[in-house]
Amino acid sequence: MKLPSWALIFLTCNLTFSTISAFRLSRSQPTERISGSAGDVLEDDPVGRLKVFVYELPSKYNKKILQKDPRCLTHMFAAEIYMQRFLLSSPVRTLNPEEADWFYVPVYTTCDLTPNGLPLPFKSPRMMRSAIQLIASNWPYWNRTEGADHFFVVPHDFGACFHYQEEKAIGRGILPLLQRATLVQTFGQRNHVCLKEGSITVPPYAPPQKMQSHLIPGKTPRSIFVYFRGLFYDVGNDPEGGYYARGARAAVWENFKDNPLFDISTEHPTTYYEDMQRAIFCLCPLGWAPWSPRLVEAVIFGCIPVIIADDIVLPFADAIPWEDIGVFVDEKDVPYLDTILTSIPPEVILRKQRLLANPSMKQAMLFPQPAQPGDAFHQVLNGLARKLPHDRSVYLRPGEKVLNWTAGPVADLKPW
Amino acid sequence: MKLSALHQSYLNRRSFRSPLDSSVDTSGKSLLAVFWLVLHCLCCFISLLLGFRFSRLVFFFLFTTPSSTNLYSPPFRPPLKHHHNNIDLNPPSNATEAMIKSSRVVVGRHGILIRPWPHPDPVEVMKAHRIIERVQREQKTVFGVKRSKTVIAVTPTYVRTFQALHLNGVMHSLMLVPYDVVWIVVEAGGVTNETGAIIAKSGLKTIHVGFNQRMPNTWEDRGKVEVLMRLQALRVVKEEKLDGVVMFADDSNMHSMEFFDEIQNVNWFGAVSVGILAHSGNAEEMVMSMDKRREMVVDEEEEERSSSLPIQGPACNGSDKLIGWHVFNTLPYAGKSAVYIDDVAAVLPQKLEWCGFVLNSRLLWDEAESKPEWVKEFGLLNENEGVESPLSLLNDASMVEPLGSCGRQVLLWWLRVEARADSKFPPGWIIDPPLEITVAAKRTPWPDVPPEPPTKKKDQMSLSQGNTVVTIPKQHQQQQQQQQQRASKVRKPKRRSKRSKHEAKPTDTTTQVSSSTKHHQERN
Repeated sequence: MKLPSWALIFLTCNLTFSTISAFRLSRSQPTERISGSAGDVLEDDPVGRLKVFVYELPSKYNKKILQKDPRCLTHMFAAEIYMQRFLLSSPVRTLNPEEADWFYVPVYTTCDLTPNGLPLPFKSPRMMRSAIQLIASNWPYWNRTEGADHFFVVPHDFGACFHYQEEKAIGRGILPLLQRATLVQTFGQRNHVCLKEGSITVPPYAPPQKMQSHLIPGKTPRSIFVYFRGLFYDVGNDPEGGYYARGARAAVWENFKDNPLFDISTEHPTTYYEDMQRAIFCLCPLGWAPWSPRLVEAVIFGCIPVIIADDIVLPFADAIPWEDIGVFVDEKDVPYLDTILTSIPPEVILRKQRLLANPSMKQAMLFPQPAQPGDAFHQVLNGLARKLPHDRSVYLRPGEKVLNWTAGPVADLKPW
Repeated sequence: MKLSALHQSYLNRRSFRSPLDSSVDTSGKSLLAVFWLVLHCLCCFISLLLGFRFSRLVFFFLFTTPSSTNLYSPPFRPPLKHHHNNIDLNPPSNATEAMIKSSRVVVGRHGILIRPWPHPDPVEVMKAHRIIERVQREQKTVFGVKRSKTVIAVTPTYVRTFQALHLNGVMHSLMLVPYDVVWIVVEAGGVTNETGAIIAKSGLKTIHVGFNQRMPNTWEDRGKVEVLMRLQALRVVKEEKLDGVVMFADDSNMHSMEFFDEIQNVNWFGAVSVGILAHSGNAEEMVMSMDKRREMVVDEEEEERSSSLPIQGPACNGSDKLIGWHVFNTLPYAGKSAVYIDDVAAVLPQKLEWCGFVLNSRLLWDEAESKPEWVKEFGLLNENEGVESPLSLLNDASMVEPLGSCGRQVLLWWLRVEARADSKFPPGWIIDPPLEITVAAKRTPWPDVPPEPPTKKKDQMSLSQGNTVVTIPKQHQQQQQQQQQRASKVRKPKRRSKRSKHEAKPTDTTTQVSSSTKHHQERN
């Protein structure tokens, strides 16, 4: 087969260009491009690809709650608040609901805090119902699709199941009214009731300024092999042991407490962030829920996350190839963690570190204020944009009803 | 005792088998406990009858059925506190199973998996250390210098007692440098095998140059000869066209490893901060003199200045630009302080020591391409005009680059410690031929009373752990005597052998105690 000459020239040009670009990349910076299963989408710009309409809810659903407890701005569930603030001033926002692709309902369900700072989810289902009733009665867009083109941010432990105990959360299931909506949540576990098909998993909120202020020079040698700070046993809630973290954290402690390679303890050192930057691996085991802010911290500080949570779905799983970046260890393999980690070839470890060094990777895990290109807000919008255009089945015929407004526990039906 | 043994084995067995057993017995725990108690009593009774203890596996095989494997059952026995021994696994709630998606991850109580020997495995530890090393190497290449320049170290030296001490120190520092090193050793008095033997052990590329002048006795003259030796070495760099960064590693100095990393950043001419350890000698004396000084000093500024370590190096303003030099202040040592109670006086450095400067070797070449015009032509340098510091090599001293975050990091330390000029040591530090005169030592290796026969032949000091063979030369003995006397009065002696016994001229040192003056007069 004889190739025409122009084709040959074209091919050689392509080859030289690709090699040049590869060569340039390898010499200029120690990072690698990140492309997940959806392609190279981390740096996509959502502006122009979708339009979001933000409902104007009475302030009792958002502002007043925040005023009552400003701690909501700094805890790990603060994503719902910052998402609203971002959308209100973002170019993707439209004031004309007719041209909107997605509708956002700003309701702060995770802001009812105990004195210790933990959110109580008991009133959240009622609050959500009340908000949905409000928008269903004041705007026609909910009934048009029964919420299929609406999205909600539910960053609580088990997402829209609205409970902190897994058994009870599974028992409740996702709020029936949210069955068709897109949920933006931190919780993600495969084949779990509380993770709905089509949800977007986001990282928990971690304060960007605080982390930036603890950066140390990159040439500080990484001398800690494995690092972890946190509880291994939750004696308050799980006195018998075996429930908390499905026994995985306790297994880590019992197997490796005297191992010099494992710098693990329950202390709260002030140099926590600096220590992470001196470690090669950072353990991110599950707790009461499989997700934790440790993943965000590990990514920001360049420490390879060792994820010990069976079947977990990590943030932006279609945009970020987590298998290439982190190390996944089954909970049953925890006793052999040292063997697993030392048997990873050094080239693989260096590649993971290069991927972590990619600034777009770090940016995607953060919720900076004001929003910056490539950050978690934009990744959420990218995720929403990838779900467009809406399927025809999303739009219901007038009068057609799919959702059951009276489903769920009786206590949830009380007005809020 | 038999009962207790039974009880023990019962506990063990119970913990081992309970995960399987209890999975069968779905009724409450209390029933289980009663059942076990009854079984235990039965077994005791039977074994009493039989006269020996029989294996309760009999019951196990009789009564248990294969357990359902729907649950997490720990394959190991967790050797933990008692409440862990009784792992009672709850089957997942019916509600979960009734759900459409059945996750393989089960909610509920799980066993805490512990491997049989939960301790570090040395093979794994070694592998982990290799990984750490590889990661750190990668970090160095990423964050360190891209292309490393050869380090050209210039060391003036001469054969003397402390040469082995100093030269070995410098040699080890240079051997640790992660870049290429060329070591130019200039030796006063010509090339000797002694020095050659020491530097040959380094394994570095060395250039051993002889200098045809003997090292003089006074510090001042020694400094001058050292300058000439360094210039000789720079001439070698010029002739050989060596490429790299030239640094001056005086043999008694101490360099930190960060110093070698920092000098890679130099463009043409750089300066670093040098910590001046001018107090060579006994540390306690220094402390004593400091205390005394603190007592008698009225002017607080002077006290502060002298109590902190003097630094020589570049001075920068707020925007990190070179504005001047920190030099060593010789005023406190000008002899007016009567604080020194010893014959040991501080060795003062020059205004600006050579060791604090580094230069690109291309400055010395003849026809280097882009040699800046603020550098004098090295070939035309006239030594007789007096080259004091490396700044004499430059036309414009303000073009010097301050290194080490603009002089804030002290990367090396300057020190001069020498034995007396006429002190002897075994050549090559090998005792050959063996010692002739031996004196029986008492409890301490050094006798309190000097031995009678004058042992002027072998002036060798050797320490032996045994209590028989000790040769003490006369001169050193007496000095140690003095020291011991003093020591017993005041404090315990430390580092006696490292005392700087240099005396330029005995009359020079004004700070002397009467005994030591007598001592010196004796010796002379």
